[in-house]
Amino acid sequence: MTLLSIDWFFIIEKVLLISGVLVLSLVVAMYSTWGERKIAAWIQDRLGPNRAGPMGLLQPLADGGKLFFKEEIIPSTSNRFLFILGPSIAMLVACMTSAVIPWGDTLTIAGREISLQVADVNIGILFIFGVVSMGVYGIMLGGWASNNKYSLMASVRAASQIISYELPMGLALIALLMMTGSLSLKDIVEQQRHGLWNVVYQPLGFFIFLVCAFAECNRAPFDLPEAENELNGGYHLEYSSMKLGFFLFAEYINMFISSALMATMYFGGYAFPGMDKLGLDGNMLTILGFLALFIKTLVFIFFFMWVRWTVPRFRYDQLMRLGWKVMIPLALVNMLITGAVVLARQH
Amino acid sequence: MVLSVIALISALGVVLSKNPVTSVLCLIITFFTIAGHYIMMNAQFLAVVHIIVYAGAIMVLFLYVLMLMNLNAELEPQKRNWLKYAGAISGGALLVVLVAALRDASMPALSTQPTEIGLIKNLGQILFKQYVLPFEVSSILFLSAMVGAVVIGKKD
Repeated sequence: MTLLSIDWFFIIEKVLLISGVLVLSLVVAMYSTWGERKIAAWIQDRLGPNRAGPMGLLQPLADGGKLFFKEEIIPSTSNRFLFILGPSIAMLVACMTSAVIPWGDTLTIAGREISLQVADVNIGILFIFGVVSMGVYGIMLGGWASNNKYSLMASVRAASQIISYELPMGLALIALLMMTGSLSLKDIVEQQRHGLWNVVYQPLGFFIFLVCAFAECNRAPFDLPEAENELNGGYHLEYSSMKLGFFLFAEYINMFISSALMATMYFGGYAFPGMDKLGLDGNMLTILGFLALFIKTLVFIFFFMWVRWTVPRFRYDQLMRLGWKVMIPLALVNMLITGAVVLARQH
Repeated sequence: MVLSVIALISALGVVLSKNPVTSVLCLIITFFTIAGHYIMMNAQFLAVVHIIVYAGAIMVLFLYVLMLMNLNAELEPQKRNWLKYAGAISGGALLVVLVAALRDASMPALSTQPTEIGLIKNLGQILFKQYVLPFEVSSILFLSAMVGAVVIGKKD
């Protein structure tokens, strides 16, 4: 169907895919809040939420409803426009990164090949990097516009933390890129499908990326911007109702996306061992691949939560020392070694 | 076209707004529109790097400093009148020089055909083959700037 020289099926297909990915990230983020509390309860030998629905499964809905119906308070001394802009940016940026992640191979429906990736741009990783670097604006603007010294301190902490950990993250990625020779996430997954997973070649790089992902998502042990016992709650101190909900929710979406990203770049994405020997047809294999990616992602989310309830929070100077004096040199060494090996293999 | 209009409006916003934080936000919008221009010229790598470096890192530092300085209109020192005139005259002189310089410059018409040079692969090939020397020299310049910043920071 081509009307006005526009391929309408293409547009419908992409719209469906985008809404699918969006709904998926929202639902996963919603149930991550439930999972977080269940896992916390399990680790601390408690029961966790168990009143709303079977096993407390309706708890996220109850929480969401509560947040929506709470009274909305905007402090009178705050900068109103920026106060609203803050959580909006946080949420928007959190949802944008999912566009370049390949959620599966191609599906063939009625003779059309549909790629389960919203946009296969040739700069996929850089796109994610650019969007992630925007994420800090949500926190900074929100914290500053609240006109509260604790919020301001928290947003200053968040800004320096995120900028500091972006550097080793980028350096770890450069090592990966030198190996794969492509910036497109789809290519990276396809390479892993026909070879070993990248984590085998890049264990140190993966470790650095993992630590930096914790810092970029403001997750414990690096949740300094929301250290409630020193900052009264952090950058969202003055927020109430769904604006607070957006900030908290964005954190969970970020966690989901970074888990999916780690699974894609270092653990084979939608590829799983023995995938091409099963002898299944394309569509079945794509669905299985999607499930494989989903399971890998969930494992990473579980890891995020496990760490949160195990490791105590860092002090701020320790955080900075770790970032600049341990992570960056490690990432540089990793890059040098990778470069040397790549060069040696070419000759 | 739309992008250019937004770029110009937000660039004016940078200069005209009274609140420094609004200025910074306008500047960020300007950077985004410039990145949009790069994408339209098929230079995606340049666009993304532009966003990462300028909007993602440098402007965050700007905002950071502005937030800590807590500027507002009452605290701003009153500027003397002759200072304003001097500023206007020197700005006007700069404008004249720029216009004079640009008047004679030949503007090659932008081709509508998408060029492939902005794509990351071709850009890398060109940077590391044709323009190796300028590339390395500029990296040394950056290194010296970094060392300078560390030296200044170490003083106290």
